[in-house]
Amino acid sequence: MTPDSGEAARSLGDLVGGRDIIVCCGSGGVGKTTTAAVVALEGAQRGRKTVVVTIDPAKRLADALGLAGLSGTPSRIEGDWPGELWAMMLDTKSTFDALVLKHANTPEQGRRILANRFYRNISGALSGTQEYMAMEKLHELHDETDFELVVVDTPPTRHALDFLDAPRRLSRFLDHRLFRMLIAPSRGLVKAVNMAAQTFLRTVSKVVGGDVVDDAIAFFQAFEGMEEGFRQRAARVNELLAAPETAFVLVASARRDTVEEAQFFADRLAEAGIAVQALVVNRVHPSFASSLTEAGAAATAARASTLAGTSLGGLYRNLADFQAVASREQGHLAGLTDAVAPAPLVWVPFLRSDVHDLAGMDEVAAHVFGRA
Amino acid sequence: MTRAVDPEQFFAASRLVIVAGKGGVGKTTVSATLARAAALAGLSTLIVEVEGRTGLPAMYGQGELGYDEVVLSPGGGPDGAADVRARTLTADAALLEYLRDHGLSRISRRLVSSGALDVVATAAPGIKDILLLGKVKQLERAGVADLIVLDAPAAGHAITFLESARSLLDTVSVGPINAQARDVLELLEDHRRCQVILVTIPEETPVNEAVETAFSLEDRVGIGLGPIVVNGLYPEVEGLDADPVVAAAEAGASLRPGEDAVLAAAAEFRQARMALQDSQVERLRSQLPLPQLRLPFLFTTDVGPRELDVLARALLAEIDALSGLPA
Repeated sequence: MTPDSGEAARSLGDLVGGRDIIVCCGSGGVGKTTTAAVVALEGAQRGRKTVVVTIDPAKRLADALGLAGLSGTPSRIEGDWPGELWAMMLDTKSTFDALVLKHANTPEQGRRILANRFYRNISGALSGTQEYMAMEKLHELHDETDFELVVVDTPPTRHALDFLDAPRRLSRFLDHRLFRMLIAPSRGLVKAVNMAAQTFLRTVSKVVGGDVVDDAIAFFQAFEGMEEGFRQRAARVNELLAAPETAFVLVASARRDTVEEAQFFADRLAEAGIAVQALVVNRVHPSFASSLTEAGAAATAARASTLAGTSLGGLYRNLADFQAVASREQGHLAGLTDAVAPAPLVWVPFLRSDVHDLAGMDEVAAHVFGRA
Repeated sequence: MTRAVDPEQFFAASRLVIVAGKGGVGKTTVSATLARAAALAGLSTLIVEVEGRTGLPAMYGQGELGYDEVVLSPGGGPDGAADVRARTLTADAALLEYLRDHGLSRISRRLVSSGALDVVATAAPGIKDILLLGKVKQLERAGVADLIVLDAPAAGHAITFLESARSLLDTVSVGPINAQARDVLELLEDHRRCQVILVTIPEETPVNEAVETAFSLEDRVGIGLGPIVVNGLYPEVEGLDADPVVAAAEAGASLRPGEDAVLAAAAEFRQARMALQDSQVERLRSQLPLPQLRLPFLFTTDVGPRELDVLARALLAEIDALSGLPA
């Protein structure tokens, strides 16, 4: 399948200047939230009205972005840039509530669903819901507001591409045939099937208790007639993700496990008809020396051993350590570059201090956008 | 010098060790290291994974894991180590097994294949977690290994995961799932059977998260906390504050052109990072009164069997140096 997400960008800067939506994805702990914030800041600096939707920012970064807590609406960050920078934290539950109310046939139906105990569990318990709501929010911000650039951070799941399947999975769930049967009129063959379903549910009740099953049935009854609206909405979200105005940026670190995961992501996205438009690799160790090979590291290490016990030996030992890790990392980066070609790969060095304010974000941006 | 903590005694403190930490701190590496260290101390060990694909088997030089147990490193070698085995548990497979064991195999396939499990899991949140923990409890009860290391889901989810037993008791008041939740809660609250080892790295956000997770686990789950593992510390190197030119003169060696600047820049970078690491380790110590086990950063991107042995021996040395286990 040929990915149809438009021409490959020459740089991440092109994406920030030209696309409407940038989705940052990658495994947990690779600096995805920081990268999303940096990309959004760049959007504002290029004069665009930008919003970043984050999932679970670290406290100091949240403070830097003016995110005091969950809220369903973006708040503006004041700063010295020509565009606008807004940020919001995704609130899965309120996003879902709004979606239900939007699709309810009557306000009464909406209220009934929101009050249902089973429904209240969905946002916290059904896997993929958070991912789905992140995509739903993106769709809403893109279609229903005047933001020119929407940057989304994706949840740090291990199976991190759940958001691609999430809308489909949720609509399948809401359309669950077993429960449909229970609330359908019982006639003829349908009645026989219904009996089988009843028997099945009685057995399930024995295992988990009757209340649980009753709650579920009440939910599906209340939801009757809304599945189609949900399904159509899910289809539009998936279309938007594959549209040319959307760019996927993969975030990784240069360790073997995260590199393998990044490669896996790139393949899965390609299967879904989505090309990775850029790759950001965080926390790459500085090498200091010009020759970046394992042999170079070994030569430095040998010199350190010869000089062991002296200060110079220690200085060489230290240099050899960084050469060793940096040459390994460069090997991983080369593999990743091939995997995502022709999308550009940018890397951010492991900085001397950690990033949790606008100044730190500026420093990262200098590397990401080639100004360092 | 008297040895305050014997590694064997350390690992025998509870049969189940749950390893928890934020993504990217090396939780799986630490699980692998704990298992290898326990095996070196003579205890047979089983590692349990619950999140599918991980880098664990590669650290032992092995391929993918499955629901059935595999041997990661066989015992009885010249190093006198016991064996390390591993398996991946999934909620679906645990449910099938559970229903089969309870005479309900008739509905089990249908429950999973029709997707009704998703509906049930939504109706009673935590049910998947309880199935996994129930299976772990069964392994612990059966004494399948001297030590079971559970590589828990990443931080935020770890609390929900371990809290599932208590929250499920509210939703499901009768029946076998209720009984299962009770058994799991009993296991988690019994500090002689189970403890959590948190993993962090000496950086601001991971330290904050470790402190929060520790208090949540104690308050909300009532689980016992073992020492905290601080992963990825740069090892000390001598001579970092020496001027390369002076150091070369002292050693009677000569530097290539420009080499003094390279050596100085590398030394300065390590010192800056180490100062940052030290301050975070101190902050962790002042905010979280748990003994710390420190593991070195190995300046590599891939942990394989050789690196794992280095880490396991470093961990054993740290355990040796502990001044005593918390009561």
